[in-house]
Amino acid sequence: MSEPLLEIRDLKTHFATDNGIVRAVDGVDITIRRGETVGVVGESGCGKTVTAMSVLKLIAMPPGRIVDGQILWQGRDLIPLEADELDDIRAKDIAMVFQEPMTSLNPVYTIGEQIAEGLRRHEKLSRRAALERTVEMLRLVQIANAEKRVHDYPHQFSGGMRQRVMIAMALSCSPKLLIADEPTTALDVTIQAQILELLADMKARFGMAVMLITHAMGVVAETAQRVVVMYAGRVIEEAPVDELFANPRHPYTQGLIRSIPHIDRAATTKKRLEAIPGVVPRLIDPAPGCRFAPRCRFAMPACRLATPALRDVGGGHKVACILETGGLPQ
Amino acid sequence: MGQYLLKRLLIAIPSILGISVILFTVLALAPGDPFEELATNPNVPAEVREMLRQKFGLDDPVAIRYFRWLAAMAQGDFGFSFASRIDVGDLIMQRLPTTLIIIGLAQLIALAIALPVGVYAATRPYSIFDQIASTFAFVGFSLPPFFTGLLLILVFSIQFDWLPFVYRADIEATGWRWFWEHVRQAIMPVSVLALFLAASLTRYVRSSVLDVIRLDYVTTARAKGLGERVVITKHVVRNALIPVVTLVFLQLPALFGGAIVTEQIFRIPGIGSLLISSILANDTPVVMAVTFVSAILVVLFNLIADILYGWLDPRISYG
Amino acid sequence: MVGSIPASATAELSAAPRSKAKQFSPWLDAWRRFRRHRLALVSTVVLSAIVLSVLFMPFVWSVPINEIDFTARLKGPSPAHPFGTDDLGQDLLSRMLYGGRISLAVAFAAMVVAIVVGTIIGAIAGMSRGWVGPALMWLTDLFLSLPPLPLLLLVIYLFRDSLKSVFGPEGGVFILIVLVVGGLRWMPAARLVRAQFLSLREKEFVEAARALGASRLRQVIRHILPNALGPVIVAATVDVAAAIIAESTLSFLGLGFPPDIPSWGRILFDAKDYLDIAPHWAMFPGVAIFLTVLSISFIGDGLRDALDPRKVM
Repeated sequence: MSEPLLEIRDLKTHFATDNGIVRAVDGVDITIRRGETVGVVGESGCGKTVTAMSVLKLIAMPPGRIVDGQILWQGRDLIPLEADELDDIRAKDIAMVFQEPMTSLNPVYTIGEQIAEGLRRHEKLSRRAALERTVEMLRLVQIANAEKRVHDYPHQFSGGMRQRVMIAMALSCSPKLLIADEPTTALDVTIQAQILELLADMKARFGMAVMLITHAMGVVAETAQRVVVMYAGRVIEEAPVDELFANPRHPYTQGLIRSIPHIDRAATTKKRLEAIPGVVPRLIDPAPGCRFAPRCRFAMPACRLATPALRDVGGGHKVACILETGGLPQ
Repeated sequence: MGQYLLKRLLIAIPSILGISVILFTVLALAPGDPFEELATNPNVPAEVREMLRQKFGLDDPVAIRYFRWLAAMAQGDFGFSFASRIDVGDLIMQRLPTTLIIIGLAQLIALAIALPVGVYAATRPYSIFDQIASTFAFVGFSLPPFFTGLLLILVFSIQFDWLPFVYRADIEATGWRWFWEHVRQAIMPVSVLALFLAASLTRYVRSSVLDVIRLDYVTTARAKGLGERVVITKHVVRNALIPVVTLVFLQLPALFGGAIVTEQIFRIPGIGSLLISSILANDTPVVMAVTFVSAILVVLFNLIADILYGWLDPRISYG
Repeated sequence: MVGSIPASATAELSAAPRSKAKQFSPWLDAWRRFRRHRLALVSTVVLSAIVLSVLFMPFVWSVPINEIDFTARLKGPSPAHPFGTDDLGQDLLSRMLYGGRISLAVAFAAMVVAIVVGTIIGAIAGMSRGWVGPALMWLTDLFLSLPPLPLLLLVIYLFRDSLKSVFGPEGGVFILIVLVVGGLRWMPAARLVRAQFLSLREKEFVEAARALGASRLRQVIRHILPNALGPVIVAATVDVAAAIIAESTLSFLGLGFPPDIPSWGRILFDAKDYLDIAPHWAMFPGVAIFLTVLSISFIGDGLRDALDPRKVM
């Protein structure tokens, strides 16, 4: 195994609201190695996006606050960094693609200006060189007529095209890690497949590591090598992708996998699609114990006593459930 | 852009017509003969009154009177001032530049205060600076211009005797001295208007910036590592300015009101004080013309606002 | 995106079942939010003090407003005249109290006119589905672009004398100013009400009422207007402040109330030529207008936080 590129250790990001402190991320550990694709999955509201935003400190502070933990980038903690030191890492080392292509581009600048901006900041390119590189990037993400379209404004592009622009922008400075936060959620199904394919192509070309955040298990199955499952602000299971789908250990993961629709199966066996009953619990003053317990069909009194820790059960498979680790954590 | 401009122009025409209908309706609804008063006014010769009665054709049907009046206004023929004994058009042209200069200066100063203060306050919402700025803004738009004017006179003219409180058009000096005297006498009236404007503008800039600062593309800009300064100026302020520009121009009607008061306090020979003195002298043609001209100016400024809006927002001009 | 994170977390929170069934009332909730706006609270106290003293002080301080005393002209505050006297030796405290009644009554009445006219026009524009709505909105925008003060002055100039002859000098001027100030401020309320109507019109409960066969008028009164109330109350507050300024501006220009009806603006108008020898004369009405408008503005801000939660940042 290669060395870790990004190590998130016991990250806690909380938000102050009128009703109390929301523990959106409450002790998350995620490691991403050079060149690997890690899928982070979970229902919406379970803290995936906040985790991703915390890496580059893109959460609004206030109301957000990183209360605890470390974000080690090649061994260096990003949390205590000054704003300008962090700016050197943003886009250059770690780049992001966001969920909403329709609103993630500034409507008053041409897409060329917006891509070139990062190039001029990080690669110190001249205006002309930045433009050339921008056109090249647009061609790479398969935007037809790139040398003309570089002068167009975002509203002249469709959603899928804008997401291509976002990907071109994110990859323009050849980052070592790309964080893609639900990059296909807002798009039509047919476009989703194209964007995922484009991401795979780009990964093959640039060799960067990818942290792919999604709520769709199917997307993870196709693209990731390793999967991290999050629930209510914590990681509850982590495993290589094949292992996870073959042998899901946590009841929540099992529920997620069962809720993937299978066209072939649905057509032959008239089995109903299963949903996990209930909703993600409140994140203000959460009750002690496993946060999934209220929705878990295997829940027992011991589950409500203490939060189970993430334990290695062999072969890089980690799970946070007392059923798997045999009894209460110390 | 050209098509957009044409559309805005075509929309402005019904606005002007609508305004003229409203003004004429007010005039037509007014009880009695608006020129009746002139009979008792010794300044008005009988033949002028007769001429006016005929010109306005007061016995014709309303529609015909309206079109005749509109045609005269369109040709810039505003009639004859009884009080000043010159053409109303000439009178307005004499007075208008002073008013426009005072309003323009006040608007510039207000922007120079409101933009930095509003942006800075919005980037640190609920900080001490924000709270102080917000309180000052409330004080600013709760102080009516007539009271601010009197306060300034009390402090700077009466207490310290630094600034003149009567505006003089005929300053007997040349060169720098002439310029300096003009600046000195403009300080108080311009400050009164600027304070009034800056107060509401600051609040508006602040909320506009706050609206933009949490948008996704600002996060995108931050993720590019551009640095907070560039993010704020290039990606936040530039976008937040679009509604602010509109407001600056939409505030102009209210600003005319402020100008009337200010001109009255400092006795500035602008169209505001002309309006008041004409009302006091029952000089109907001047009153109508000044109201009409200020309404036309407002439509004109709205048109400029639309053009700027299209220029600032590519979604409109390229759409 | 960034801002939506805590919002989504709290949204889920409200969707989650609460352990304790808390009594939930929108008005109680509004009061809780209003209370948090400290300046609005202080302003409520200040404004109440002003209103109460204007209403009840004349019973305690019964010096006539027009008692002329040439031996006590332009005197500063003293035990005999706590607010001093004017150029005719008239007691300024009495005149201020009287003027306060006038100014506040005008402002309140003008606000009512503005809100009633605005609500009616906005409601018609919001309910109609044909050309009426756009036409009314065009008219609203047109009125918004008119310079208010010149128009106010024009109307007063043209109608002053005839109204005076019908309703007497006091009543005539009062009615005229109320109608004109209120009649030129209906536009914001109209836009607000229309916007509320357009967004609420399609909501389920109105659809439900429509499906049940409720008549249009009934829909408006029972279902839409109460929901539009919050923003309209905020607009009404702003209107009161604007009307106070409008009335005092007119009086300050010498085109509002006559000298025997000393509204605050009128007192200021009379005082402005004596700034050098009797500054107190101008200060009292000026400060009174300022404090009243300031406290109303803060209350309006507090109400906006309380009643229009979407605007809260």
